[in-house]
Amino acid sequence: MEANQSSGISTPADLKPDDFRKIGTDEKQAEIIQRESISSWRDAWQRLCTNKMAITALIVLLFIVIAAIVGPYIAKWVFNYNYYTNDLLNTNQRPSAEHWFGTDDLGRDMFVRTWMGARISLIVGLAAAMIDLFIGVIYGGVMGYFGGRVDSIMNKFSEILYAIPYLLVTILLLVVMEPSLPTIIIALTITGWINMSWIVRGEIMQLKNREFVLASRSMGAGSGRLLFRHLLPNAVGPIIVTVTLSVPNAIFAEAFLSFLGLGVQAPVASLGSMINDALTGWLYYPWRMLFPAIVISLTMLAFNIFGDGLRDALDPKLKK
Amino acid sequence: MARYIANKLFYTLISLFILISATFFLMKAIPGDPFMSEKKVPPAIQERLYEQYGLNKPVYEQYFKYLGDIAQGDFGISMKKINQNVTDIIKDTFGASLKLGLVSIVVSVIVGVALGLLAALYHRKLIDNVAMVLAVLGIAVPSFVVASLLQFVFSSKLHWFPTMGFKGPMYYFLPVAALSAQPIAFIARLTRSSMLEVLHADYIKTAKAKGLRWYAILFRHVIRNGILPVVTYLGPMTANIVTGSVVIEQIFGIGGIGKQFVQAITVRDYPVIMGITIFYGALLMIARLVTDIAYGFVDPRIKLTGGKGD
Amino acid sequence: MKKSKSLLLLLTLVLAVGTLLAACGSNDKNNGASNSGENAANSGEEKLAADQTLRINLSAEPPTFDPAQAQDSQANTVLKLMYEGLVRIDADGKEAPGVAESWDVDGTKYTFHLRKDAKWSNGDPVTANDFVFAWERVLSPNTQPAAPYAYQLYYIKNGQEYNEGKITDFSQVGVKATDENTLEVELTAPTPYFLGLTAFYTFYPVHSSVADDAAWATDPAKMIVNGPFTLTTWTKGQTIEVSKSDNYWDKDSIKLTKVNMSLVESGATELTSYRNDELDRAGHPNGEIPTDQIPIVQKELADEYKVKGIASTYYYQFNANAKPFDNVKIRKAFSMAVDRQTLVDKVTMGGQIPAYGYVPPGILGASGEEFRKEHDDKSYFQENVEEAKKLLEEGMQEEGYTKLPDITLIYNTGEGHKKIATAISDMWKTNLGVDVKIENQEWGVFLKNRQNLDYQIARGAWSADYNDPMTFMDMWMTNGGNNDLGYANAEYDKLINEAKASSDATQRDTNFAKAEEMFVKDDMALMPIYYYTSVSLEKTYLKGVNVDFSGAVDYTHAYILEH
Repeated sequence: MEANQSSGISTPADLKPDDFRKIGTDEKQAEIIQRESISSWRDAWQRLCTNKMAITALIVLLFIVIAAIVGPYIAKWVFNYNYYTNDLLNTNQRPSAEHWFGTDDLGRDMFVRTWMGARISLIVGLAAAMIDLFIGVIYGGVMGYFGGRVDSIMNKFSEILYAIPYLLVTILLLVVMEPSLPTIIIALTITGWINMSWIVRGEIMQLKNREFVLASRSMGAGSGRLLFRHLLPNAVGPIIVTVTLSVPNAIFAEAFLSFLGLGVQAPVASLGSMINDALTGWLYYPWRMLFPAIVISLTMLAFNIFGDGLRDALDPKLKK
Repeated sequence: MARYIANKLFYTLISLFILISATFFLMKAIPGDPFMSEKKVPPAIQERLYEQYGLNKPVYEQYFKYLGDIAQGDFGISMKKINQNVTDIIKDTFGASLKLGLVSIVVSVIVGVALGLLAALYHRKLIDNVAMVLAVLGIAVPSFVVASLLQFVFSSKLHWFPTMGFKGPMYYFLPVAALSAQPIAFIARLTRSSMLEVLHADYIKTAKAKGLRWYAILFRHVIRNGILPVVTYLGPMTANIVTGSVVIEQIFGIGGIGKQFVQAITVRDYPVIMGITIFYGALLMIARLVTDIAYGFVDPRIKLTGGKGD
Repeated sequence: MKKSKSLLLLLTLVLAVGTLLAACGSNDKNNGASNSGENAANSGEEKLAADQTLRINLSAEPPTFDPAQAQDSQANTVLKLMYEGLVRIDADGKEAPGVAESWDVDGTKYTFHLRKDAKWSNGDPVTANDFVFAWERVLSPNTQPAAPYAYQLYYIKNGQEYNEGKITDFSQVGVKATDENTLEVELTAPTPYFLGLTAFYTFYPVHSSVADDAAWATDPAKMIVNGPFTLTTWTKGQTIEVSKSDNYWDKDSIKLTKVNMSLVESGATELTSYRNDELDRAGHPNGEIPTDQIPIVQKELADEYKVKGIASTYYYQFNANAKPFDNVKIRKAFSMAVDRQTLVDKVTMGGQIPAYGYVPPGILGASGEEFRKEHDDKSYFQENVEEAKKLLEEGMQEEGYTKLPDITLIYNTGEGHKKIATAISDMWKTNLGVDVKIENQEWGVFLKNRQNLDYQIARGAWSADYNDPMTFMDMWMTNGGNNDLGYANAEYDKLINEAKASSDATQRDTNFAKAEEMFVKDDMALMPIYYYTSVSLEKTYLKGVNVDFSGAVDYTHAYILEH
């Protein structure tokens, strides 16, 4: 309302006490900051492109995602295999022209199963990581920024949640809800985000007394803006590291649930549960463990290298 | 400081109370009870068992009775391990997990921080890449695979270490290696990331400009500031590791608290589930409290305040 | 603590020397018997190893060593080492004298004559009163906690009434010590398998000192036992060790000096450690050899690989109250569409026997021959895909389905269960064109669902409590405690009740056969899949291990050859 008035250029003679306050809360001032940070995304992308390792990792990741999507169809078109039909006369076959990745203990084609498993694991890992990121960053940010009583209460709440036996929650969830992929993802994220929130909290606590925060606060930045425009972007390093770790964590947590019989239901399998199944005989049927393990490890490797690249590109402190 | 800690302790007690309540009702909501079995015992015997353990009463009554008992420090006796005290069970199983866990933490922190620091100092050089590939492998390979491979190579083939059990120093190597793989990787990456930030910070530039020697900068500024996220992570990680890893304990045949906990849940041994949950919760909260206090020492800019926000 | 440790050490030393002497003595005896010459290295002569320590693994820690409270096969293995009942089951599966030297049976009245030299590990004599004390303890409604297997003693006159509190005077229960060495037992009804039951742990004697001490059964210092071995170490969660007792009446026939038990859950670890020579025996019943490894060890360790049929049946049960399995033709179709031989050859791989009936081999019938040999299960039904399809179609017509309702098969967590469920659901899909969803449920959840009849098809298995078809047949009586099929057949109930009241072996046998035929052939109330086998690995130098009909293992008379 009043802001319109102050947009004009004034001579010193016109100065009134009111004008000083208005400039600080001016919407347009904030707009300028926002526009600048949009261009910093493009800037980050350009910096990412110069990082060969990161780009290679991104290509590998894309390749795995595409393979997870089309791999099962290829096997269907070429050989008419699917992930569930058993062939009990051809169990534990070595990789061959017919079965590119060999067959498993029920004679199922490992090529189809590996990519189906990759599909499941990627969905589980990515979905869980994104939910962890979303909840964890907001929760941790709020905790760290406000401090004091808000922090104490929210912190305690997360600790309680973290300490509640996770298995009990999962068992109950599976009783109440249909045992399906979304249920498992929910089970994984119920406590999964907490680690992220603690990391973010620690970072924010450390950052919020820095000079640049003080500066923008004295210029009148609101809490939300301070948190999302200044504090969080500066904590992006640990956040990205934690995200890239929460993907494998979710994938392996799912494998652990499978181990206890609470994971995805057979005949569908995730990479983790396939490795788990193959573990006892891996010396004799190495392909049953090797292919899923290679895909899972490659995914993680690519993820982490890309994450590092992203971190380097995004981190405002690394700008030169 | 004293007020700060007293305040935190008060909050911790309230949290524990909420934790106990939530877990208790959660546990009771799950189908099954300690006396279920594939071969059912006659209803008369079943009823008597329920009565003797107070399971025939309404859940809220059981809850208040339990609260009363633990207020007096009585964690009850196991419903499956006949006549064994919950505290004894925790003591017996936690011992093994604690020893294994502490060794693993020390190994993880030393190796992890060293790897991360090297990677940061030689950013985008060969050492950085090698360290990070190692770190990623630690994360990318599931712990049960690591454990099985270690067991195969070092005990089946080379006969350097025993396959299973927990009877002496030689029994530590394989489980510790398997347990530390992931924390090492995590700490290495966390350290690298945070050290990189510190290395680019203005005060480091200032210190360099002042002509401080490199090791002085490294130890006085870089490590001290860069280790913060590791400290944050250390709290829950310690609580996590010392409370045992089910998979590792199963593969190496170690009677730790992790295995015990999963087993108690499977057979619905209510007092043991509650006992371990409380124990774990208290441990975690104390670890976090210590972390918060440690923060104050590591980073003087973080002020520890009582109840009110600053 | 220290004192007792050095005392133990001394005791062990004494025992070791004693055993050496005993070993020398028994060596001569064995010379004649051991000319089997199957092993070239053996050179026809069995020479005992100097160290008679047996190393085995228990995949779960027994919750207690109180015979009244025990409920699991792990405890059974250890209790067999530490206790002795009135009779023992020998290597041929026959009742042999235990604490009782001899016995007379007169209808429902049993008189046991106890040997005078039977002693507790503290030197006290084992008397008839110790049995009365132990059995009263099992049956008493005041025992804390209640003995879960008290119903094993319900055969004794007024046993059930006393346990349920209807009778408060124990002297009315049919067990009496007429003197120090005579125990008289009276049963409610003729029970041909009662003698064998007295070898079971719920029937073991208990030393009267336990009355004042709740924690005795977990503490090596307080355990007073009457068997060949005493508990010397129990490090919770890590190891259990028993050592030869000096006070056992037949200690000369015991060659092992020690049994070391590790407590590792993982079958893969157990196997690795067996192959590393850290264990002398692995596999059933205290552990499990991973299915993937069975064909490998079968080839690589052919001399050590042991398979033995045991009296347990693996099956899928149909909920008779749930659609579409309330229709008998649909049940038959599902059962006939499964290729059991391929399943045991390619999926379970442990030499299991395809099952077409319910009572497993190993259970004896009237003639003293196996019940299964007397009554061939192949006559009940045969696998036939065409017939199955026809039956399914007819069944669907009867129920007016154009399409079958959604079907879910539930099973509890287990590598083997998962493989079997996956394979069978695929057979149904291929052979019948029916999509069956399979669902793994956590143990407690699974059990509750099955017991509440909240399922369509569920995995199930039953093992023998005693060697008589009754242990399998009486569970499916209408509203029986373990009848989680919803099966109700008055005719079946009648046949079983008749068998319960009869002491005529032939008539019982005929009734069981009729009832089983009705249950499987006519009603297909459940779908038998296979009869279990006990798959284990045993070092060639380990001899004298006895696995009984039910799969329980007895190490008391095992010994280790020089190797």
